[in-house]
Amino acid sequence: MEQLMERMDTGVTPVLDIEDVSIQFGDFKAIKDVSTSIGKNEIRFFIGPNGAGKTTILDAICGKNKVSDGKIVFHGDSGDRDVTRMKEYAISDLGIGRKFQAPSVFGGITIDENMELAVARKHSIYSTTFLKLSKEKREYMNHILEFIGLKDKRFQYPSSLSHGEKQWLEIGMLMAARPKLMLLDEPVAGMGRRETEKTAEMLKNIKKECSIIVVEHDMQFAKDVSDTVTVFHEGTVLDEGTMETVQQNQQVIDVYLGRG
Amino acid sequence: MELFLMQLFNGISVSSILLMAALGLAVTFGLMGVINMAHGEFLMVGAYTAYIVQKLFIAYLPAGVFDAYCIVAILLSFLVAAVLGFILERLVIRRLYGRAADSLLVTWGISLILQQAARSIFGSPNVGVKAPSFLEKSLRIHGMLSLPYKRIFILILAVFCLFGVYWLMYRTRQGRNIRAVMQNRDMAAALGVNTGRIDSATFAIGSGLAGLAGCALTWIGAIGPTLGTNYIVDTFMTVVVGGAGSLLGSVFGAGFIGIGGTAFEFFTTASIGKVLIFLCVILLLQFRPKGIFAVKNRALED
Amino acid sequence: MKTMKKIKGTTILAAVIFLLLAALPFYMPMFRVSLFGKYMCFAIIALGLDMIWGYTGILSLGHGVYFGLGAYCMAMYLKLEAAGGNLPDFMSWSGLDRLPAAWVPFGNPVFAVAMAVAVPVLLAVIIGYLTFTNKIRGVYFSILSQAMAMIMGTLLIGSQAFTGGSNGLTDFKTIFGQDIHAPVTKIVMFYVTLLVLVLLFALCRFLTGRRVGKVLIAIRDGENRAGFAGYNTANYKVFVYALSAFMAGIAGALYVGQVGIISPAEVGVVPSVEMIIWVAIGGKGTLIGPVLGALAVNSLKTTASENFPELWSYFIGVLFVVVILWLPGGVISLKEIPGKIRAKLRLHREETSSAEEKIPDKTAVRSK
Repeated sequence: MEQLMERMDTGVTPVLDIEDVSIQFGDFKAIKDVSTSIGKNEIRFFIGPNGAGKTTILDAICGKNKVSDGKIVFHGDSGDRDVTRMKEYAISDLGIGRKFQAPSVFGGITIDENMELAVARKHSIYSTTFLKLSKEKREYMNHILEFIGLKDKRFQYPSSLSHGEKQWLEIGMLMAARPKLMLLDEPVAGMGRRETEKTAEMLKNIKKECSIIVVEHDMQFAKDVSDTVTVFHEGTVLDEGTMETVQQNQQVIDVYLGRG
Repeated sequence: MELFLMQLFNGISVSSILLMAALGLAVTFGLMGVINMAHGEFLMVGAYTAYIVQKLFIAYLPAGVFDAYCIVAILLSFLVAAVLGFILERLVIRRLYGRAADSLLVTWGISLILQQAARSIFGSPNVGVKAPSFLEKSLRIHGMLSLPYKRIFILILAVFCLFGVYWLMYRTRQGRNIRAVMQNRDMAAALGVNTGRIDSATFAIGSGLAGLAGCALTWIGAIGPTLGTNYIVDTFMTVVVGGAGSLLGSVFGAGFIGIGGTAFEFFTTASIGKVLIFLCVILLLQFRPKGIFAVKNRALED
Repeated sequence: MKTMKKIKGTTILAAVIFLLLAALPFYMPMFRVSLFGKYMCFAIIALGLDMIWGYTGILSLGHGVYFGLGAYCMAMYLKLEAAGGNLPDFMSWSGLDRLPAAWVPFGNPVFAVAMAVAVPVLLAVIIGYLTFTNKIRGVYFSILSQAMAMIMGTLLIGSQAFTGGSNGLTDFKTIFGQDIHAPVTKIVMFYVTLLVLVLLFALCRFLTGRRVGKVLIAIRDGENRAGFAGYNTANYKVFVYALSAFMAGIAGALYVGQVGIISPAEVGVVPSVEMIIWVAIGGKGTLIGPVLGALAVNSLKTTASENFPELWSYFIGVLFVVVILWLPGGVISLKEIPGKIRAKLRLHREETSSAEEKIPDKTAVRSK
């Protein structure tokens, strides 16, 4: 809580405020009164042992889980919006992009077409039937394909990509939508060192344009990339701050770092 | 009041048959993610088995022991359907795990083959099976209200099956393995559960239960090659409403479709009753798209 | 490059099929032409089913309902025209003495045709909206759609006085004032059906080429993911469901005039599932495949039931098993076999040559 006050005082404009959120599955309270605030152009890591509720809260932000109590307020172009009652596609349209743990790109269409679906901002049946992508959108798409290193493979199907490349394609698809906030669930799981480093570089670049929340178990990766981290334990926030300060916290060491 | 009780009893009676048919289906659906459209044909197999047993009794045994055919028929109809289910699982179903839509179509093909086979062997017209004499009477409760013993017997049989399955699933090692495979196939396999054997055994038991239901059906109506088609839709609705893989769900679904269906039919007509119950099912699924007793899942796509 | 080639191949195949159909009246006896008119109606249904199953991944086992609605709407008009102002025969048999109110407007052919399209679409939108917006998905939807087909059957049979019961509607005499049995009328109906088929094929072709087609495939491959990418997947599903119902309805309307009867036997559970095999055997996810599948399976069915009706059920049953298990891409996918063999051979060659590479003299091998 102290850190929270501190951060507010520094005058960082927040993109997302999670206010006293609780999430319940039947009798089980997976998240208990969690509050935190993500600043503009911040890379925030959610860390904590398995079952701490990290993914659950990502699911709540993007509309996959229902929130039983509390608010999640997104400060987007259309003003402040509580997203807890919104449908997932509407949340996406506000500017929140989500990447799931397993790579989930669309296997039946080419990489180029995957990107095309992601870059288009108009999602109605009318516009997908009659409108073509603007030149500016095409150029942006090419730029991203170059950025994620898949330009040469753009007319292939995703099945020909390696695990790492699929993850990048998905990150690229998120970028294409020009979100204000990106939610990444274990983006480097299953990647080798070199791939992980490349992903770290990517995130630092993406950060210039939006805020990012990452759920990750790879501590080195978290240390390298994060601005701040939030430590979860059994559905509550244990500590929040930079990686260095958090690592000093005895409680954190006990429940998490000590074990790892 | 008497009429109402009579209707309620009829509804429960329909439910008991649906329950027997749905139990096996719910487990195989939940366990393997396989939709068995040929399940109705296992009903038919059970029914014809009872028919043959009865014929044999009449032809070769003295009339005095005729009633005993019913015990033989119950056992054999279960056994024959189970063996057939086992073979089917080994040959075909095995290749379809996790491909629900495909399994639905393949088993539909199998149901067509089985139906035609029945037509070739027994002919298209329906055949009748005489119920054992001790089931022919009715239990007179009061005034007009009398409950046929046949239906009471079927109800008892269904309850027996339900507890049998419950005992198997929750009180035996085999059942623990079945549930383990249902919840996490890969993990169960890694822990040394022979998932292939579990699948075959479960599928065989499910088919056997359908056979048993088919045997019970012979006492309340004529049977023919299309017997399965008549029941399959209702049976699947039972599973869908209740939620795949849940015993409690199957009981609820069977009660809902059986009692609700007969009630609607009583107040309207047979066809309007079907429309109403269908609408109710859609309405219920609005709130629980995977059935009332479905288990929640965290995966993105399932 | 590869996709370009694929499109070209199927375009040629489509052109050949449509041309062969167009020339049919010149080299086939009249009754065969009429049969193909019927098969083309089935091809239209198959095309619609492919949009929803092959492209969007929704298996509907209830399209007989939409086909039936289209057919019955048209048949009501034909029946009234045949009755010539009197009460249709089956109604007086069932004890009706007046035309039911719902039947009255169907005396107007324009209204009947409009309804043959509008009623299926409307029902599909309602059912689609109720199921898709609340995430009733996968086999749950399939089972519900099958229940719908069953209900349609019982409803039709149950309301004898209004629908002709299990006999259905038949004994038509004229269509739009023309003798329905005259060869000229039959030829005209044949070409109208062909025209509709080609137009709808072009429409589906257009849609699948556009981004909307990619969204449908995206929904098939990962519906939730498509939702998180900002697409309202329920809307798309309702749209494609209504589109396929629209096509089935049109097919129904065209069917009645040419076949001369519509009865519950053509719209219930069994025919609805049979429609799926046309798509599966032709090749779901390709547009020409299902058209080909519908034409081929039904030609075969006619031949088989003329000669050995007993065997047909076995045959179609085995077909279901074999196609789904071993030929998931349908017959269209057979053309990829030579390419696959070539790729295998190439892979084999590369493996052997890279094996050689490990043998001492590297430069010699590399120069290859």
